[in-house]
Formats: sequence, C-alpha cells, structure tokens
Amino acid sequence: MTDVLLALALLLVAVTATAAVLNREPVRQALVLSFLGLALALLFTFVQAPDVSLSQLAVGSAVTPLMIVLTVRKVRRDAGTGPGPGPDSGPDPSANTGPAHGRSGGDGPGEGGRR
Amino acid sequence: MTRRGRLVLFLAAAAVVAALLAAAFVALPHFGGAHHPYGERAVRAAFAHRTANAIASVNFDQRAFDTLGEESILFAAVLGALVLLRQTAGERRRPPRPTRVSPAIRRLGVLLLPVTLLVGLYVVAHGQITPGGGFQGGVVVATALHLLYVAADYGALERLRPLSLYEIGDAAGEAAYAVTGIATVLAGSAFLANVLPWGTFGTLSSAGTVVVLNAAVGMEVACGVVVLLATFLDQALEIEKPEPRQGDGSARPGGGGG
Amino acid sequence: MSVLPYLVAGWIFLIGVYGLVTSRNLIHAVGCLAVTQSSTYVLLLAIGYRDGGTAPVYASVPRDARVVDPVVQALTLTDVVVGATVTALLLALVIQLNKRHGTIDPDELSALKG
Repeated sequence: MTDVLLALALLLVAVTATAAVLNREPVRQALVLSFLGLALALLFTFVQAPDVSLSQLAVGSAVTPLMIVLTVRKVRRDAGTGPGPGPDSGPDPSANTGPAHGRSGGDGPGEGGRR
Repeated sequence: MTRRGRLVLFLAAAAVVAALLAAAFVALPHFGGAHHPYGERAVRAAFAHRTANAIASVNFDQRAFDTLGEESILFAAVLGALVLLRQTAGERRRPPRPTRVSPAIRRLGVLLLPVTLLVGLYVVAHGQITPGGGFQGGVVVATALHLLYVAADYGALERLRPLSLYEIGDAAGEAAYAVTGIATVLAGSAFLANVLPWGTFGTLSSAGTVVVLNAAVGMEVACGVVVLLATFLDQALEIEKPEPRQGDGSARPGGGGG
Repeated sequence: MSVLPYLVAGWIFLIGVYGLVTSRNLIHAVGCLAVTQSSTYVLLLAIGYRDGGTAPVYASVPRDARVVDPVVQALTLTDVVVGATVTALLLALVIQLNKRHGTIDPDELSALKG
C-alpha cells in the first residue's frame, strides 16, 4: 500500500517537474512550480520526512512562486512604462482617470493601482 | 554558439550523465534498505542529548557548525538581494492605490492571520520535540504576515511592517547564532557544543542549546523572508524606473542606469 | 520499485538542466534551476528511506522503533529554505539585468560577452 502511494507520488513529482520546465511562460511556470511544491511535500510525507515536508510546503508552494510572479510583474512594468510597445504599456491617459477611490492621482501612464 | 549547437551539445552531455547516473543508481544501497550507519549513530547521539526530534538534533547539535554556514548563506543571499533591489537614484516611488477587497476574503484573512502566526511560533518553539523548527516555523511566520496583503492591501501591510525592524531582526538572528557559539566556548567547551542542561526527554525544556539555536534561526528566517518579499513587492508595486532623459529610453543596452 | 525513486531524481535533474540550456527567459531559467534543485531532495530522501520505518521523531513512538535516516533529512531541510533565498538573489539579479540592459533573454545579452 505504501509502495503504491510512494510510486504515485514519485510519478506525480516527475510529471509536475517536467511540466514546470516545459511551461516557458514564467507566470504559468510559477503556478506549476507551486504544484510541484505540493507534490514534493506529499512525497516527503510518504518517505517519513515531516520536517522537510513542512518546509517544502511553505517555501515551494508559496514563497518561490510569489517571488517569480513579482519579478515578472516588475520586468513587465519596466518594459511597459518606457517608450515603445510593451505588454502592459499604457500611453492611454484614460487608464488613470477611472473612479479614483485612492490618494494618489496618476502622474504618468502606468498601472499603479493594479496588484 | 547557436541554439541548435547548444542543444546538440546538451543532448550529448545529458546522454553521458544519464548513463553515469544509471550506473551509480544500480550500485546505490537499495531503496528502503535497512543499512543506515550514520542514521543509527545520529539517533543514538540525539538520545544522549535528550532530543526527541532526531532531525533537530542533527541540525542544531551534531552539525550545528554546518548550520551556521547554511544560515550565513541565507543571510548573505538576503543581503545581496536587498542591495541589488534598493531604490537607485532617479527611480520614483509611487504608492499603489488601495484596492477594494471582497468582505469574505477580508474576514478570512483577518481570521487566519493570528492562527497562522501562532502556528508558526508553535512550530519554532517545539522544534526539539515535534517536526518543525526554526527554518520551517520562520517561513510560516513570514508568510502569515503577508495574509495582510491578501486581506487588506499593500498600504496596510506597509504600515504594519516596519521594515527596518525586520532588517535588524535578520541580523540579530544571525548574530545570536554566532554569539551562542562563542558563549559555549567561554563556558569551556567546543564551539557550538551543547553545554546547556539537557532537561527531560520529550518536553519543551529539553535538548539544551537546540532550543536557543532554533529560536535564533526562526528569527532570522522569518525576518529574512519578510525583508526579501518586501523588497520584491516594493520593486513590483511601487518603484518605477526614471523618466527617459531625452526622449530616448533609459533602457539602452549597456547604459549604466543607476 | 527499488530504483524508481533514484530514476525520478535523475529525470528531474536532467529535465531541469534541459530547461536551463534551452531557456529564452532568465525568469524561466531561475524556475528551472529550482526544479533541478528539487532533484537533490528526492535523491537524498530516497537514500535515507527505510521500509516500514517511521519519522525519526520520538515524541510519540517508542525508542526502539524502526526509523528512517535523520541525517539526510537534516541536510535537505536546511537546503529547502536556503535554496529559496538563493532563488530570490538570482531573481534580484534578473531584475537588475533588465534595468541595465532592457532584456531578460540570455541570447540578447550581448553586452555581457565582451
């Protein structure tokens, strides 16, 4: 029984790791990486390593993907506010004149309000 | 080198590595085998110092000096990221507008924040008897604080997170580990030897210095991860690159942008 | 079953390196490095496993219980957390590269060659 669970967890880890590598779009990769973190945590529980499982759960499924997503956002933002077309570029001034329930008025094109 | 050439080179190298790995795997002790000489000795040593969690004993007692090295890597990595991601001259800081969060998520976050924080501290404090310890508990504490970002918004997180305090906490955690080591030397023993009374097996006050070192690592990891995520959030949400100087982009290749 | 865990560890390592070699986006490359890193965890814990063993935490099991190897678990445990901070350092480098050179495609970073 344990052997079956172990084999399943191992295969799940192998598949998610492959998927994480083959997903070349970083945001999607971050999502798959967090699945990989979960799969690894599961595997570590089955090989009787609760300590490692706990730290893998916290780090692999939350912290690392979050940092990757934040990096992607930063890189896109830098590309977007500069001259030239970027994925998130907004030379459209109407982007900032929405219902402003905030304290900062936009002082330039950008996407300051989004998270 | 062309992409194709690189791929061919990789495939050739990977074939060789795969063959070597396969040869090594066949000769490794079989999966699930009963021969674990180091493990048995480590367990005996953990019993000798009345540490119920043998893993904590290996990390913070038997190999405490190695863990000082690991902790220093962590410290250096956090420091390096902090230096790389600091706000450079010309970069503007614009606070993001507060966003509306659905009441259900807000309630859930407010409810989960104290629970997660408590679980994290529990995991740090009970590292010597149950699975857990400074490394895992520290990360849990750090992620717990970021529930605030989910439940409210970035402004709320920033107000309740005096960053300089966490920077000091990061350094203090690292220093506490080294100071514990020096204290053990002053107590007339080896560096990071377990000199404190070992207490009663399986209770909170067991395992001697393991408790102290766990707390030091927990503090450093929690503060380090908070500082790391804060610098990344700052870059992603607030800091903007300088205005282009003469209509041209500042993203020229090779341009020293800072 | 007796070599499957080792083979999985080897596969994760090779596929991670493949991703690194063929990556056209440094953020993706850092993610691949994280994948490669996890192969060492799988290998170490697989070596330490013992059939019918329980976790080496004696809070609730008798002292003569059959346990798995705690040494490899201790090695893995610290590396999981330290590895994440090193990933953060690499991502910080990527952000800085993008600021200086305006690209995160390793093939376009020709300024670094000279």
